[in-house]
Amino acid sequence: MTQAVAGTARNQRSRRRARTSPGRVLAWVVMIIILVVTLFPFYWVLRTALSSNAALYVDPSALGPVGLGFGAFARVFGQQSVEEAIAQGGSGASIDFWLYLRNSIVVATAVTLFQVFFSAMAAYAFSRLRWRGRNQVFSLFLLSLMVPTIFTLLPNFLLIRQLGLIDTLFGIMLPGLFMTPFAIFFLRQFLMNISTEVEEAAQIDGASKARVFFVLAIPMTVGPIATIGILTYINSWNDYFWPLMVSYTDDSRVLTVALGNFNAQTPQTGPDWAGLMAATLVAALPMLVLFMAFARRIVSSIGFSGIK
Amino acid sequence: MTTAAPPTGARRRRRDDTRLALLFIAPATIGLLVFYFWPLLRGVWLSFTSWDVLTPATFIGVENYTTMFADPVFWNALRVTALYVVINIGVQTVVALLIAVLMQRLSQSILLRSLVLTPYLVSNVVAALVFLWILDFQLGVGNNILEGLGLDRIGFFTSESWVIPTIALVNVWRHMGYTALLIFAGLLAIPPNMYEAARVDGASEIRSFFAITLPLLRPILGLVLIVSVIGSFQVFDTVAVTTSGGPVDASRVLQLYIYEKAFAQFDFGYASALSVALLLLLMIVTFLQYRVTRAGQSDLS
Repeated sequence: MTQAVAGTARNQRSRRRARTSPGRVLAWVVMIIILVVTLFPFYWVLRTALSSNAALYVDPSALGPVGLGFGAFARVFGQQSVEEAIAQGGSGASIDFWLYLRNSIVVATAVTLFQVFFSAMAAYAFSRLRWRGRNQVFSLFLLSLMVPTIFTLLPNFLLIRQLGLIDTLFGIMLPGLFMTPFAIFFLRQFLMNISTEVEEAAQIDGASKARVFFVLAIPMTVGPIATIGILTYINSWNDYFWPLMVSYTDDSRVLTVALGNFNAQTPQTGPDWAGLMAATLVAALPMLVLFMAFARRIVSSIGFSGIK
Repeated sequence: MTTAAPPTGARRRRRDDTRLALLFIAPATIGLLVFYFWPLLRGVWLSFTSWDVLTPATFIGVENYTTMFADPVFWNALRVTALYVVINIGVQTVVALLIAVLMQRLSQSILLRSLVLTPYLVSNVVAALVFLWILDFQLGVGNNILEGLGLDRIGFFTSESWVIPTIALVNVWRHMGYTALLIFAGLLAIPPNMYEAARVDGASEIRSFFAITLPLLRPILGLVLIVSVIGSFQVFDTVAVTTSGGPVDASRVLQLYIYEKAFAQFDFGYASALSVALLLLLMIVTFLQYRVTRAGQSDLS
């Protein structure tokens, strides 16, 4: 974090001459406080996950890890025997985070691939193809943007149940496979900006409109497609309410739901905080890494520019 | 929000693409009809029935709604949810606005923006568990700091008066950076020369904030508010993970009540009526906000 401050301060200096007024110093102080509040919980998760429960009960607030060790992570991945786990403050219940991790990856990957591809197809039809009723149909999609998720959850659960897909990964991913109105909307904005000349040149070369979509439209909007893909992946990964409704057993349990359960299985000696924080870290880390890799793209795409 | 834009420019009329277009929108349309519109209709229909899933649904007219109006738990849930929304949105908007303005005036570096956004990347479940630990009555570092300052420990998740403010603030932590970036994008649209002019006229930073930033930001701020209020009313994850509605009913928000009615008591008809009520409530609130903030009009001209 100190690096962050140093880095931005340097930027600042090169952009305009350093003006150190009391107001500016105060503003930086406020900003740093906000950053501490934002980032401290992440540090605390890491610190707790590397501690041992026994030491945590004695010394809960030391700044560094207490009773340093990887026992909590071993417990999360089922690498400890039941006796060992209970001795270290775990519940001893069998948890298999590899399985939940795999389930989360399967769901988020399938949802992202299909949803983005189908949304891109629809966005292409709404921006580059000429057909009657285009604007009317598009308005219907816009309308669905305003249906709150809660309202569709119960009936969708009933539908998934009728289809016999309760407690399957397919049942969890199915409603998300086709589109979200936002993805269509977002991609349409970018597809509309492709110049007509480029498109026509491709068509003179004999490419059909369907071919233009694959060899021209997709490559030219690869940036926005990646952005919406990452956002879809993160949202799908973090979803809790819907998978909670659909999944009942380990077969279809994703990380978020498993975490909720992990908390519920409190051993009699008190919660297994070290194990819980290790599990939390395991659940959050993939998205944090994904974000670090694409931070520039994601932060600059957030705004109403996509909507307005 | 803008509706479909007119066809781009005066393009020469070429052959009609209807067949290809229908093919291209087919998957998305299936999604729209099956997972948006059909559930919408079905939810409304179910709210007029009595249904426990095992036996066929029977039409009972408005009975669910009359029950609802006489149900003290429903009114309590409504009150708790409203309290949550007020605290959550109030604090979040002020903090996000502060962060956005600070970023605008201090530094627009990508690194700073990324750091601010970090909490948004973890799930509600993760955020809830982390704060359950930090604010634990006995061992939480938050309470140890309070004690170190000579204050009393607080049962953040166990006291009836603290539980809703606590949950509201946990969600502020997760969403403030995201909201700040939305507002920040709106700030970038304000022409910098307006600030230059104000500075030449000798206006202070605070004066230019109230004279320039706030009025010009109004449409964006209005949209941000509408989107975040809709999200805020649908609070569920944090409550389900930390308190399951307790202590007593102090944090039994509307969505949690709906979930329990459906999945613990198998009263799908009543649960549907509750979600219709939430939908209507959201529509009214959104409409009022739209009118009050005049989010559709811009002063930037």
